[in-house]
Amino acid sequence: MLGRRLSRLLLQAVFVLLAVGTLCFAMAELLPGDAAYRIAAGRYGYDVVNTEIAEAVRAELGLDRPALVRWAEWLGQVAQGNLGQSMVLGDPVLHLVAYQLGQTVWLSLVAWLMALALGLSLGLWTALRPQGWARRAVDSLNTVLRASPSFLLGVVLTTLLAVELGWFPVAGHEDADHVFLPALTLALALCPGFTQVVRDAALRLLASDAFEFAQVKGLPLRAALWRHALPQILLATLAYAGVQLVLLIEGMVVVETLFAWPGIGHALVHAVIARDVPMIQGTALTMALLFVLLNGAIDLLLHALDPRLADAQAAPASPPTPNTP
Amino acid sequence: MKPTHTTPYALLLLIAALALLTPALAPDPHAQDLMASLRAPDALHWLGTDHLGRDNLARLGEGLRTSLGLALASALLAVALGSVLGLLAAARGGWTDRLLSAAADGVAAIPGLLWVLLIAALAPGEKWALYSGLVLTAWVEFFRLLRSHTRSALLGQPVQAARLLGFGFGYIVRWHVLRPIAGVLARLWAYAVAHAVLAIAALGFVSVGVRPPQAELGLMMTEALPYYYEAPWLLATPVVALVLVIGALQTIVGRAADDTPAGVTA
Repeated sequence: MLGRRLSRLLLQAVFVLLAVGTLCFAMAELLPGDAAYRIAAGRYGYDVVNTEIAEAVRAELGLDRPALVRWAEWLGQVAQGNLGQSMVLGDPVLHLVAYQLGQTVWLSLVAWLMALALGLSLGLWTALRPQGWARRAVDSLNTVLRASPSFLLGVVLTTLLAVELGWFPVAGHEDADHVFLPALTLALALCPGFTQVVRDAALRLLASDAFEFAQVKGLPLRAALWRHALPQILLATLAYAGVQLVLLIEGMVVVETLFAWPGIGHALVHAVIARDVPMIQGTALTMALLFVLLNGAIDLLLHALDPRLADAQAAPASPPTPNTP
Repeated sequence: MKPTHTTPYALLLLIAALALLTPALAPDPHAQDLMASLRAPDALHWLGTDHLGRDNLARLGEGLRTSLGLALASALLAVALGSVLGLLAAARGGWTDRLLSAAADGVAAIPGLLWVLLIAALAPGEKWALYSGLVLTAWVEFFRLLRSHTRSALLGQPVQAARLLGFGFGYIVRWHVLRPIAGVLARLWAYAVAHAVLAIAALGFVSVGVRPPQAELGLMMTEALPYYYEAPWLLATPVVALVLVIGALQTIVGRAADDTPAGVTA
């Protein structure tokens, strides 16, 4: 089973490479206008671009060679781990993406922890008090959060906490407190799902015989929760992490752009606007590969932690046939 | 107060009516009047004017038409495509099934918004690119649902009985495969529409989706953001419209939103 899962992971990674590579290449070919002028404008500013400078850029980057040659060249370079150079900044894409990846991982880690804390506390709190104002308040909050896209949350949080109240800096990335607003935006987008999963798992567990027995044998509620409920709830949360990953990566594109956070999503959007194909490829590849790898890691971890999954797969899967006499 | 069962449908109908009626109620959404920029709502401009003096109500209507039209159409094509391919994969089995499933897995290997962003970037501002990106990411869910459901349904006793009675494949598909999951399909469709509306708005917001001067909800927010202090209604209108549309759709989907993730490998 492990071998099959790993080979599927590898297949997906190869597919991602081919799909993103082909799409990005087609993008460069299909776009109207002369790329040399656009790149020159991106480098030197719109006011100073003339034909001479554009031709210099064209010669430097080899933009006049046949399309197939450039694509084959790029694929060969990727195979050697060389992602080329940004057409706008002139720096190696690998260096830029490595720095941006660090920023993105740092931001998403903070966001994830915030969402986990929020989801666990809200979910457990409402599971322990199923009838009451707390449950209704959390439910309405989650309905509102679910209907608000992350860029909207970001705008609301910025105007409220940064511009009006002045508690946090609006944008920037040097200091530790800069991470707070973008991370909170992402965390709030993840919060409804987390809360729901934690609450469902907690309710199922609180009603189970095992939990009742733990209390009957004399464990106080806190200890019973800590020892018997929390591991299962965390497992359910992990199983849900794949869904959260999509939200997180999609949110990253928008939230990083909104807060000018120098991460992968921000770089991708700006590369698309500036038509910087090596950068688009580098960032899109990094994001997609990260997604495939993390999904695979979650899958493997889940199977390692939960023996029930292995048992379920070992049992022969029979088609559901209704019992008729 | 708890909203009744019909509230979200009524809300969506109201918003659709607003979107369709604005061409009659308001002036041209692209007509600029720089002397009348950032006007507060009055009798002439019911929702005020934006920074170029364009009528906000007309722009809201056009934005809603753009978003809802694209989202409804792409979700419809995704349902059709996903259902037909799912049926095909389950009925034919073998290599057809393997190839189609591999294609679905491949699409799911890249997050949906990334697909839409990359394909929309193929032809900036062109609606067909946005549209095909949305369809490409949305069909996978329907394909998986139809495939797994059809496989178990075709093995079940009702289908075997129907076959023995001499009913054709079309009859079996209609009554034994599609009929039991029509409700789930409809909810999944509403979810796909909500997802598409959000994706279009998100891309518009980061300026890589629909191009100005065309109005679009996300783009309207980006344009209104610098003026939120002088003209808060300008930012509020697309925000309220978007939240209402998504909220209504998600209420219809109900809890299906939790257990039918978009573009996730199992």
